[in-house]
Amino acid sequence: MEGLAPAGVLLLLAWPLAGWLANGLLGRRLGRIGPGLIGSAAVAGSFATALGLLAAYRALGPEAGPIPVPLGAWFGAGALVVDASLLVDPLALTMALVVSGVGFLIHVYAIGYMAGDPHPARFFAYLNLFVFAMLLLVTAGNLLVLFVGWELVGVCSYLLIGFWFDRPAAATAGRKAFVTNRVGDAAFLLGLFLLFTSVGSLDILKVGEAASALPGGVRLAAALLLFAGATGKSAQIPLHVWLPDAMEGPTPVSALIHAATMVTAGVFLIARLGGLFLATPGAMAVVAVLGALTAFFAATVALRQHDLKRVLAYSTISQLGYMFVAMGAFAPAAGMFHLVTHAFFKALLFLAAGSVMHAMHDVIDVRRLGGLARPLRQTALGFVVGGLALAGVPPFAGFFSKDLILEHAFALGMATGNYLPYLLGLLTAFVTAVYITRAALLTFSGRPAEPGARPHEAPPVMLWPMALLAVLSVAGGGLGARAAGEPLLRFLEPALPHPDGALAGVHAPAGPLMVLSVAVAAAGVALGWTLHRGRRDPALGALGGVLEQRWYIDALYEAALLRPARALGRWLAGPVDLGAIDALVNGVGRGLARLGADVRRWQTGYARQYALGVLAGTVLILVFWMLR
Amino acid sequence: MVPATAYLALSAVLFTLGAAGVLVRRNALIIFMSVELMLNSVNLAFVTFARQHLSIDGQVIVFFVLVIAAVEVVVGLALIVDIFRSRETVDIDDVDLLRG
Repeated sequence: MEGLAPAGVLLLLAWPLAGWLANGLLGRRLGRIGPGLIGSAAVAGSFATALGLLAAYRALGPEAGPIPVPLGAWFGAGALVVDASLLVDPLALTMALVVSGVGFLIHVYAIGYMAGDPHPARFFAYLNLFVFAMLLLVTAGNLLVLFVGWELVGVCSYLLIGFWFDRPAAATAGRKAFVTNRVGDAAFLLGLFLLFTSVGSLDILKVGEAASALPGGVRLAAALLLFAGATGKSAQIPLHVWLPDAMEGPTPVSALIHAATMVTAGVFLIARLGGLFLATPGAMAVVAVLGALTAFFAATVALRQHDLKRVLAYSTISQLGYMFVAMGAFAPAAGMFHLVTHAFFKALLFLAAGSVMHAMHDVIDVRRLGGLARPLRQTALGFVVGGLALAGVPPFAGFFSKDLILEHAFALGMATGNYLPYLLGLLTAFVTAVYITRAALLTFSGRPAEPGARPHEAPPVMLWPMALLAVLSVAGGGLGARAAGEPLLRFLEPALPHPDGALAGVHAPAGPLMVLSVAVAAAGVALGWTLHRGRRDPALGALGGVLEQRWYIDALYEAALLRPARALGRWLAGPVDLGAIDALVNGVGRGLARLGADVRRWQTGYARQYALGVLAGTVLILVFWMLR
Repeated sequence: MVPATAYLALSAVLFTLGAAGVLVRRNALIIFMSVELMLNSVNLAFVTFARQHLSIDGQVIVFFVLVIAAVEVVVGLALIVDIFRSRETVDIDDVDLLRG
């Protein structure tokens, strides 16, 4: 393995990079189906390589530890010397498997979904570039390398949200995602500066070792700045506004980037820098509370959204909140477990939603759907499986991971007295069950809202990935279930620092908590069933209006930030730029032109006149010289 | 012996004649001859002062002026010939391409 790691990791990264180059440079000659095949094959190669790396790593035994893969010096500037390096450890391997595995299924699905699109090569080139960037992010051994991947996935997200750039809504959504992420990224970069000045290195292992020795204030500031970066990428309050709009992109993009992988980068970052975060209880409290608030807020909004994909987008924000709760509850392994199961069932839900769009010719408003269970039998089944997993109904995967998080959140409450994350988490579990039941009922049950449409089931190339994801959404729970021996958790344990101090030795009463969360999920499903049976959709009064307007947060940003910014822009462009700066520049030019027009009359073209001028000048000089 | 002031007066008269010629005549060749007249009036003044101060410097400068005048004639005549070829005139007032 020691010798295998560099070649293996580079191969892991090389596959999608090669796919990107092939599709990007030769795409036009590959026909309609070629780009999808190449793109899928490239990601399949990455997945196979990741499996090989996993096998090789496991063969090393349980005390293998992180294996750094130095790639030589990258650049140096004064005291800042950055080595390009990668890192192979259970965390990186888990993420690489999820990214390439789920990514592969979504690539295959996209072959069918994008079959009618005139630009498949561009689409798969972007998608492969994204997979490369995401794999670089998760295998980075240096925070600057990680940052490169971090920015690159942001670029790919922008490009893919705006893939149909001729639609103004898509172009605007891409811009919004990019700009919102900039805010978080600026904080991230400041955090990196702070870490560098205080640690003297950006190597992840070194930072992790040195973190606990840092002064408390510096540690807190660095952790909060990096978390601010994570809130941007992972769409947490207050930077969550871009993710729902990002649904303007093609549905495979929503499934891969905006549900399964990229948006989990923030969670991954905290797990990756566990040495820093777990040593900073103050920052962890912020992470837990903000995660819980986001989870609850987004789940309530999802109750009253009419765009099916937006329901799922808010659901993603909410589930990411859960993962942050796990991180904040000093249980990164539980957070990673939920990250993995969420990747399975949320990708499945999105692919099912994409199948609905495919069948209904891009209609995605649940008020115009309905009755799709009969024509789209497999899709409906997939959606229900994903929905049950999301709602946390046993034995689906989401139940195990969500329950584990709630258990750790409860333990956090026992240790610190801060029960808020647990209570909000439990409440969110209830709301989650309601909104996903609503979405499923409005879409698939009852009679079609528009009987004229003739929906048709998706082709096999789209159904098979959904089938596999459905299997994973059920079986994925085995990765962390106690009955199955918690293989994923045990695998991750050595790579993640253990909480010391307050939380060590605190054990939440797992049995009663599990019963409670199952009861809550069942109650949620039951309430959703009662409210929305027969495609009824009660508006929930004034509260429903608030939820429909997303708690007016977008409107608040519009009024408090965007409108002043636009006014400032207009003022700078009008009075300042045109009125002052341009006027000054143009005034100088016009003045000189007028001067020139006057002076040119002296140039008569008569040589004798010039001669007279020379003579007169000479005489004047002589007179001056003599009189002096 | 003729006093030096007489030579200087002649020089001044010749220079004035030359300058007036340059300013009032329009034929390029005449202007040219007037310029030569001015140069030679200056030469006369140099020689006069050299004689008066018993210094060789003034005489040396006369040779320089002669050489430069010769060169100037070569260039100037070439210009005039070329102007005549292109415009069929040597009237200096007709050559006013640089009028603003």
